Amino acid sequence: MSFPVLFGVLAVLTLFGFFLGRSRAMATAGGQIRNLHSLPNYYGYYIGLWCAVPGFLLLIGWMALETTVLDGMLVAHLPKRMTDVPGAELSLLLNDIKNLAHGDVTSRQVVDADLKDAAAFYGQLKVSSKMLLAALLVVLACGGILIARGRIAPELRARNSVERAAMAIMIICSTIAVLTTLGIILSLLFESLRFFEKVHPLDFVFGLEWSPQTALRKDQVGATGLFGAIPLLAGTLLISFIAMCVAAPVGLMAAIYMSEYAPARVRGTVKPLLEILAGIPTVVYGFFAALTVAPFFRDWGLEFGLTISSESALAAGVVMGIMIIPFVSSLSDDVMSAVPQSLREGSYGLGATKSETIKQVILPAALPGVVGSLLLAASRAIGETMIVVMAAGLAANLTANPFEAVTTVTVQIVTLLVGDQEFDSAKTLAAFALGLILFCVTLVLNIIALTIVNKYREQYD
Amino acid sequence: MNQSIPQETSGDAPVTQSDAAGIKIAARGVNVFYGEKQALFDVDLDINANEVTSLIGPSGCGKSTFLRSLNRMNDIIDICRVEGGITLDGEDIYDNRIDVVHLRARVGMVFQKPNPFPKSIYDNVAYGPRIHGLTNSKTELDEIVHTALQKAGLWNEVKDRLDQPGTGLSGGQQQRLCIARAVAVSPEVILMDEPCSALDPIATAKIEELIDELRDNFTIVIVTHSMQQAARVSQRTAFFHLGYLVEVDDTEKMFTNPSDERTQGYITGRFG
Repeated sequence: MSFPVLFGVLAVLTLFGFFLGRSRAMATAGGQIRNLHSLPNYYGYYIGLWCAVPGFLLLIGWMALETTVLDGMLVAHLPKRMTDVPGAELSLLLNDIKNLAHGDVTSRQVVDADLKDAAAFYGQLKVSSKMLLAALLVVLACGGILIARGRIAPELRARNSVERAAMAIMIICSTIAVLTTLGIILSLLFESLRFFEKVHPLDFVFGLEWSPQTALRKDQVGATGLFGAIPLLAGTLLISFIAMCVAAPVGLMAAIYMSEYAPARVRGTVKPLLEILAGIPTVVYGFFAALTVAPFFRDWGLEFGLTISSESALAAGVVMGIMIIPFVSSLSDDVMSAVPQSLREGSYGLGATKSETIKQVILPAALPGVVGSLLLAASRAIGETMIVVMAAGLAANLTANPFEAVTTVTVQIVTLLVGDQEFDSAKTLAAFALGLILFCVTLVLNIIALTIVNKYREQYD
Repeated sequence: MNQSIPQETSGDAPVTQSDAAGIKIAARGVNVFYGEKQALFDVDLDINANEVTSLIGPSGCGKSTFLRSLNRMNDIIDICRVEGGITLDGEDIYDNRIDVVHLRARVGMVFQKPNPFPKSIYDNVAYGPRIHGLTNSKTELDEIVHTALQKAGLWNEVKDRLDQPGTGLSGGQQQRLCIARAVAVSPEVILMDEPCSALDPIATAKIEELIDELRDNFTIVIVTHSMQQAARVSQRTAFFHLGYLVEVDDTEKMFTNPSDERTQGYITGRFG
């Protein structure tokens, strides 16, 4: 029996428990709902929870631990001479045995008797593990149903128990999100530490040269690799800055028009249309930038006697700016529309014009949301990859000139990890360190923005 | 009977029994529509200068609509349409040449729910003078804020915390702040839309006292649901019902000897 089947069985038992609980509650109450403490459905949920929760935990736990436990048992079963090998070889051996148990594919030329024996043993182990799980599951679920059924009485506070359980489930769900974030940060951190064993952190953070080519073989000449992150950070910030220069004014103006000036019908049409901009895949923006915008800028530059390379920070930044307009406009529009009408009337009532009202009442009151939308757009710009890969190039130039090709942190992460790489070379590990830096930059931006917002916000009630 | 009858008999100058300085606002044949629905029908009403005129009537009778048409606040509502003539000092306020911004500087407004801006107390009061460029210097502005707050009876309570947010005040203080904000622009008329309906009796008493004092310098039109309030603060009272102006007269006469039996019914609490 596989896990999906077992989950199905548990679901059926839970459903059965629900109906059992409902009818049992009605029976104990003599068919009168008002004799019950809670509505009959809550007694159903009560039994359902008693059945589903232990069974679910068992299944999850089994899924998580089964492989480890079975491997341990398999290793213990194997003859000593087979297991007395380095870790990597042992895991290869275990893989072979598992493959052999599933089918007849191994990495070895000769399959000896010991291996066949081990495979048979492993196959048996798996089958009995599943049987044991199925038996345990049914016993646990039915046991839960029976215990809960025994407790059902008109005075049982089923609603309170069910609501407590529901709250616990919600807490668990929110914890999962937090723990995932934490896990990602920790993995970034530990891999970065491994990188910093090979490259000094100061050289990485303050280095001005980026050329991550390392020698593949010991006898290759040169190419020890230079891991200075400054050119990448500068490129990222330059492109994001250009993008924000496009998105912030356009987005804010669009938001002000939509929330303050546009008739309801126009707003209802324009807003979804603008939001479509955010739905276009970034790869489409990428070739739009590379094939249309970048050559246009280059030709336009020629007219004015400027040298604009055909892969420029300007082209990537402008297209990225267009992409993030809806983040600014849509969110800012929402917060501005949420400013109470009474504040607008108060201002108009004093003889303020529309623009005075917007500048002095609406925008200050909506400031936290507006800054939030700008920040979201900036994070999007900093993390954007596809457009930059296509339109800004790969050359790690340290420059503030938007007409030159630059590269960004995200682009370099991509190029570091594309292709066949050892996972413990400085080159691949650098990707984690870059990720960490990117994370820190966004974090600092967030903190700065939050501080600004808290200082200048004008809170309406 | 209805005010419109003596008007018809005596030509276009409406008869007023008031001895006040004269007519500040005159409304003639005002119809207001929200989309297809008509909210006000052919209202003729004069507002005398330096008097308090109260508009009473059951909910939905059009008194707030009428009030909001006096400073063109209805312009904000897309579907709203005003017909007829309203003059301020003999000037048609719906004329194309009238700048609505100037009109609202002359006809200020205080709303039902206190709506201070989320700014400091000082900035709330200074808002109007600043946007109209009433002062050239900080000292002048300080003086205007001081006077306005004093006129609104709020100065002593807030003089030590002018830099605190206006939203942090109590409901009654907030409403007096809104009155100070309106007064600071030195309007000629102040419109008040149920200014006390969100306040407790003590705060209400303070505001009523204030309205009485403000009468010396301003013409005041107040919408109220409280008959007692109308009787206490106003010199003239207009009774609206179902979008029609039923009766307008001196407050004393309205509450002792109304001509229309609907007015009689409303003020004695038989309906509404």
